[in-house]
Amino acid sequence: MSTGTCGRALGLALGTALLPCSVGAAELAVDARQYPGPAWSPYLVGALLGVLSWLTFYFSDKPIGASAFYATVAGMLGKLFAKKHTEKLAYYKTNPPVADWEFAFVIATVGGAFLAAYSGGEITGEWLPPMWEARFGAGTFGLRALVAVLGGILMAFGARLAGGCTSGHGISGTLQLNVGSWIAVICFFVGGIAVARPLFAP
Amino acid sequence: MIDPGKSVKTSSVAEPAAVESGGRILSALLFGLAFGFLLQKGGVGKYHILIGQLLLQDFTVVKVMLTAIVVGMVGIFTLHRFAKVNLHLKPTRIVPNIIGGLIFGAGFALIGYCPGTVAAALGQGNYDGLFAMAGLIIGSYLYAEFSQPLKSSVEQWGEKGKLMLPEALRIPRPVFIPVFACVLIGVLFALDRFTVR
Repeated sequence: MSTGTCGRALGLALGTALLPCSVGAAELAVDARQYPGPAWSPYLVGALLGVLSWLTFYFSDKPIGASAFYATVAGMLGKLFAKKHTEKLAYYKTNPPVADWEFAFVIATVGGAFLAAYSGGEITGEWLPPMWEARFGAGTFGLRALVAVLGGILMAFGARLAGGCTSGHGISGTLQLNVGSWIAVICFFVGGIAVARPLFAP
Repeated sequence: MIDPGKSVKTSSVAEPAAVESGGRILSALLFGLAFGFLLQKGGVGKYHILIGQLLLQDFTVVKVMLTAIVVGMVGIFTLHRFAKVNLHLKPTRIVPNIIGGLIFGAGFALIGYCPGTVAAALGQGNYDGLFAMAGLIIGSYLYAEFSQPLKSSVEQWGEKGKLMLPEALRIPRPVFIPVFACVLIGVLFALDRFTVR
């Protein structure tokens, strides 16, 4: 009945929430904005991603998603080393680890990003991101490896429990107005902000 | 492609276990190429842009996502209305959505990439993405290892089935979708106005 009011209230709440955040950003040890921005406008890229989702729904009857790829790879490796045990796991009974649509999709994502970076002269070829080095020091290779592996474990476990990732829930689920996806994506950012801020506090 | 004569409201979530056909794999490769290309051009394969979003310094990620949601939503629901596409709704499970989402977020902050953008990061030459991918594979297996007890406990808490915002708020879709699109566009205008990047 009061969609308009509800919507305006939501917009206003989000708008006002952003103001103190952008101001508070100055207290952190590193400013992300001193590094290069995106090659294309985020609105153009977002719109094209929206169009891409129409195409995957229409031609492949599939939503865009990425996290299940890693579960498939994990299952393939699991079958290699412990076939019987892996096949007995409840997740792999309903989601057999086979090279499926999403498997091919994520592999090709790597190639697409290479083409984009190559065409735009943005190939980085680095083991440590510059902003990581600015915060944690140059040559902190072991720390980066440890943190990234640990982060990956948490991320994949969380994605499977929540039922998707920033693509499957964050784009495909939200655009279908799926309630669970909106809850999950808000929690992605709440959890992310809560951990990122202390990591980059001076 | 979907038979236009066969009007379907929501499709079954069950995925075919059979091996995909060559044509479908080819289309997946083409769409994946486009996805990676767009992620890189949008800057969301860059560590500092993703971490910058979590530090609320750089709003590129939210701008990309909200624009994709508005454009995607309007197109998908228009196609769906004419029975050209199926919807692919994952079940809403309030407690796992929240707990899993928060754990995911913690991992997001540690890595600085997410499952899709880490592929883009690797493609553009950020080799630290390989460590994140190794972690993602380990974490996926860890989940699978505990999938049985999780399925019969946490994953049933707050189970709502397939639930969409218009139905949850009891607003007809033809009203909700345009209004919601306007709200999201309003948020995008506010972001553009009040953020540096």
